[in-house]
Amino acid sequence: MNLGQLFGLIIILISAGLILYFWLLDKPGRFLRGFRPMPGFQRLRRAIGLSVEQGNRLHISLGKASLVNPAGASSLAALAALERIARMSSLSDRPPIASSGDGALAILSQDAMRSAYRLSNSPELHDPDRGRLAGATPLSFLAGMLPLVHGEHVSAHVLLGNFGSEIALLAEAANQKEQFTLAASDSLTAQAVLYATAQEPLIGEELFAVSAYLLAGPQHTASLRVHDLLRLGVIAAILILVILSLAGVL
Amino acid sequence: MRAPFATAVAIGVGLVILLGYFMPIPILQNARSLLLDWAVILSSVALLVAIFNLFFVHFRRLAAPKRRDYYSLFLIIGFVMTLVIGLIFGSTDPQYQRVVTSIQMPIEASLMAILALSLAYASLRLFQRRSGVLAVIFAISAVVFLILFSGLLSVGNSLPLIREVTAFLQRLPVAGARGILLGIALGSLTTGLRVLLAADRPYSG
Repeated sequence: MNLGQLFGLIIILISAGLILYFWLLDKPGRFLRGFRPMPGFQRLRRAIGLSVEQGNRLHISLGKASLVNPAGASSLAALAALERIARMSSLSDRPPIASSGDGALAILSQDAMRSAYRLSNSPELHDPDRGRLAGATPLSFLAGMLPLVHGEHVSAHVLLGNFGSEIALLAEAANQKEQFTLAASDSLTAQAVLYATAQEPLIGEELFAVSAYLLAGPQHTASLRVHDLLRLGVIAAILILVILSLAGVL
Repeated sequence: MRAPFATAVAIGVGLVILLGYFMPIPILQNARSLLLDWAVILSSVALLVAIFNLFFVHFRRLAAPKRRDYYSLFLIIGFVMTLVIGLIFGSTDPQYQRVVTSIQMPIEASLMAILALSLAYASLRLFQRRSGVLAVIFAISAVVFLILFSGLLSVGNSLPLIREVTAFLQRLPVAGARGILLGIALGSLTTGLRVLLAADRPYSG
């Protein structure tokens, strides 16, 4: 094991310990205390409430990243958010639809929705057809999602995961139909185009904060706290290295 | 606890993969590589299952007693034709590939053309939706980088000042992108750890 790998393992072990600490030992009821308010999530909650009241549907797109590639973490974050949104909208006459661009993700989206309805004591709401593969290539994925804007009584779109620039067409189509869109991606290209087209774009790592802000559970809040601590650590390390470099030590 | 067996398997496999990456122990590394191979195979099988699920969703839409979706017919015809011809001639057959690409490529090119127009329109509408400082910065940076990467400033590269300013401006998006990517990498780490610690179980339906 080289020094870099040892350092990586230490960071992972410390992060795991901190998640466990904040999850299991931190004071209960401290949800989101200390986190900055984000208007996008307030609007998403309102959109979920409105869709339940008006008998409309939510469309949650989980992106196209396979779980066996490095971008798979964005798909896992999207699945956690899907489960939470499905629970939040379980009173609706029209339960949400999940679309994805990867086979395993499509099956896991069905599983996440089944789990959400089981936990909400309404397993009869589960319909495997609502967790579907929209397309296996980026543009067929888009083509599979576009009909959802015009049919199936969708009033809001939550786009979470790995997308390409083509996702702008979906966000733009939703804008034309005055449907709410909240979008977050791990892809820089998608973030850029979604900033211009989505009503509520989330930038950078805010994708990984969605489940915590939707109050999915203390483990998600704990994970977000650790994420913030790691980010502070990286910022401090960069500043120290810059100062050392300017001082001629490095 | 939900799905204790699946949870135990997920934690066990996750730990083997993680330790196999960090520790040079042959048995761990062999197990890691075997499990990753299985993951790729399972992922392919899942894709097949999901494709058939998509086919049946469209079939049910077409056969629905009310509000039939006739667009589903195009998907079904396209799917069956591609599958049958692909099975008969093989996916590497040049004729088969020519037919598929001569249908697929123009459609994808048209979608990309619509995308370019939509983005230009969306950029103009950005000022209506967001009138804050960020929208102005977004517009200025879009214009600056369009000029920068168009090569218009390359004529002034002989002047040291312009060369330095151009080099600085070209480094800016890279620095910004690295900042965002660092945040995403940290988010990926905590999300992966949540699954490894069974705090998040996306498989326990």
